[in-house]
Amino acid sequence: MTDTVLFYVFALLVLGGGVLTITRKSAVHSAIYLIISLIGVGGLYLLQQAEFLFAVQIILYVGGVMLLFLFVIMLVNLEQAATERQFNKQWWIALACVLAVGAELAYVLYRGAAAFQFARPSETPPAPGMGNTEILAQVLFSEYLLPFEVASVLLLVAVVGSVIMAKKRI
Amino acid sequence: MPGNSLPAAVELVRFLPETILVLLGTLIMVLEAVTGDRPKTFLGHLAAAGLGLAACAAVYAHSSPGEAFSGMLVVDGFTTFFRLLVYAVGILTVLSSCQFLTRERANTGEFYALVVFSVAGQSVMVASHELIMIFIGLEISSIATYVLAGFLRDDPRATESAVKYFLLGSFATAFVLYGIAWIYGATGSTELTAIRAAVDTQAGREGAMLAAVAAALMFVGLGFKVSGAPFQMWAPDVYQGAPSPVSAFLSAGPKAAAFAVFLRVFETAFGSIGPLWEPLFWISALLSMTIGNFAALVQGNVKRMLAYSSIAHAGYILVALTARSEVGTAAVMFYLAAYALMNVGAFALLGHLTRKGERFQKVEDLAGLGSAQPLAAALFSIFLLSLIGVPLTAGFFGKFYIFKAALDSGLVWLTVLGLLNSAVGAYYYLRVLVVMYMREASEEVPPVEALSGGLRAALLACSAGTLALGIFPGPVLDFVNRSATLIR
Repeated sequence: MTDTVLFYVFALLVLGGGVLTITRKSAVHSAIYLIISLIGVGGLYLLQQAEFLFAVQIILYVGGVMLLFLFVIMLVNLEQAATERQFNKQWWIALACVLAVGAELAYVLYRGAAAFQFARPSETPPAPGMGNTEILAQVLFSEYLLPFEVASVLLLVAVVGSVIMAKKRI
Repeated sequence: MPGNSLPAAVELVRFLPETILVLLGTLIMVLEAVTGDRPKTFLGHLAAAGLGLAACAAVYAHSSPGEAFSGMLVVDGFTTFFRLLVYAVGILTVLSSCQFLTRERANTGEFYALVVFSVAGQSVMVASHELIMIFIGLEISSIATYVLAGFLRDDPRATESAVKYFLLGSFATAFVLYGIAWIYGATGSTELTAIRAAVDTQAGREGAMLAAVAAALMFVGLGFKVSGAPFQMWAPDVYQGAPSPVSAFLSAGPKAAAFAVFLRVFETAFGSIGPLWEPLFWISALLSMTIGNFAALVQGNVKRMLAYSSIAHAGYILVALTARSEVGTAAVMFYLAAYALMNVGAFALLGHLTRKGERFQKVEDLAGLGSAQPLAAALFSIFLLSLIGVPLTAGFFGKFYIFKAALDSGLVWLTVLGLLNSAVGAYYYLRVLVVMYMREASEEVPPVEALSGGLRAALLACSAGTLALGIFPGPVLDFVNRSATLIR
């Protein structure tokens, strides 16, 4: 019961924060609503007993990434952006599309969920002393070792790309 | 598990080509920094040599086929074919861009490094047998190409192209990721074989709807990457604004890799619910062919015309995907090889013909090329004739196998509409040929420089390949037919 209530509270934070992020005119307000949305995601992780992901979510996203966002927002010139229109003429078409796709997904989930074999937690209980963090570490460094390593190439490319875009002289 | 965390040697061999590419990209970055103000063309040659080495490694890895890194990677004929294809596109791109970049005063090592990293990402995409790996490969490839599209930063068209590609591309990638999340939620796995096993148990029942939604979401994201309608909006603006060698790369490399992922994911993981996703491909194929060809008819700008033509060609390939058969898979592979050669050639040559700053992109600006630059005009004619699908060129056999595969699967209407479309397509390519050979050059347009060095070599290789595939398709066709059986 408590879990269900908490789930809806966090889900409301995620979705409400997300909607406010894209509808606010001031970039600083948007960033703060995004923080709220990300905290909501962290809460959902905690409900799933994924403590490690919760900590990472709070420290990296809410703490690190968003802080940098706010710094950048303060450095760039926002006066022009604040005077521009927030929505263009097609916004109601976009809204109709969003509602249609949302309804479609909800219908499929409603019809299909009962029939489909959802992922079940493993039958054997984890060994004593194996919390979520330990299991995650073991999977990450054995089965998912290659994606973990290759992701560093992704970061390298992103860094190189942003330096090229930002440098005064190539 | 603890104790055996070190990968076996054979697994490292199967991942060797990607390792070489990442090291090569890093090496180019370092050399760029330590060589100061010296001309950077040698880095382009180094990149080409390194890509060639990676191709050798891919052939070497092919001698020990199998899975690697707990099923993350698979080395089979399919992987090897697409690895070699994206490396070839990479080599042709770097060779043809040295002269272009020198002309535009942007000949720096970063360009070559980004091409190499992008190729590495595509290589990861085509070798992966797991959705997370596919996603990471897709992102490596995409981020590098976003930057490449805007590499000439002082050109407002290039900047527009990069921003548009970045925003729409990120949006499309989000769809792929959402599709992966759905499929993980529904089947508890991201490994294609395991997904297939889970989906098989539900085929024909209501539960298959969940997998179908995941397939549809991934279709949106991958459809964007191959510029299939209705997700083709970005292609004309991006291809026109980006530097021509980059347009050449974009229209061949990332597209081939995205089609490889299409085949791998839809044929392996979602094979048993084929009837549910087939209509998506049917509609998208027809829309892409029609929109691409008819929009290309009215373009006065050659670069934009080639961009629309690449949408139409994505449509032809989607016809073969709709066939859902091994013949169809083989046809896709053959067509992508043919298409890569002729389209990279056409775009790379166009970058040269548009002169400094790419200012002369109109059809009329090519007038008189036949007498002023016979070699360039002849090469351009070969590429355009192959794009039409004239016999004795690669494009003819490519189209032939695609429509044969479609007929074998009973897609009569789609075949008829596709053939009508390729007839429409002939008109706009022929118009360029007519202007090139039949009209006098105008006074205001400065003459084109002669082809030289790497560009000349790359273009000759493209045209030789186009003709070879058109006259002796046998060896490639054999290999393609043997590798069209995907590992399940």
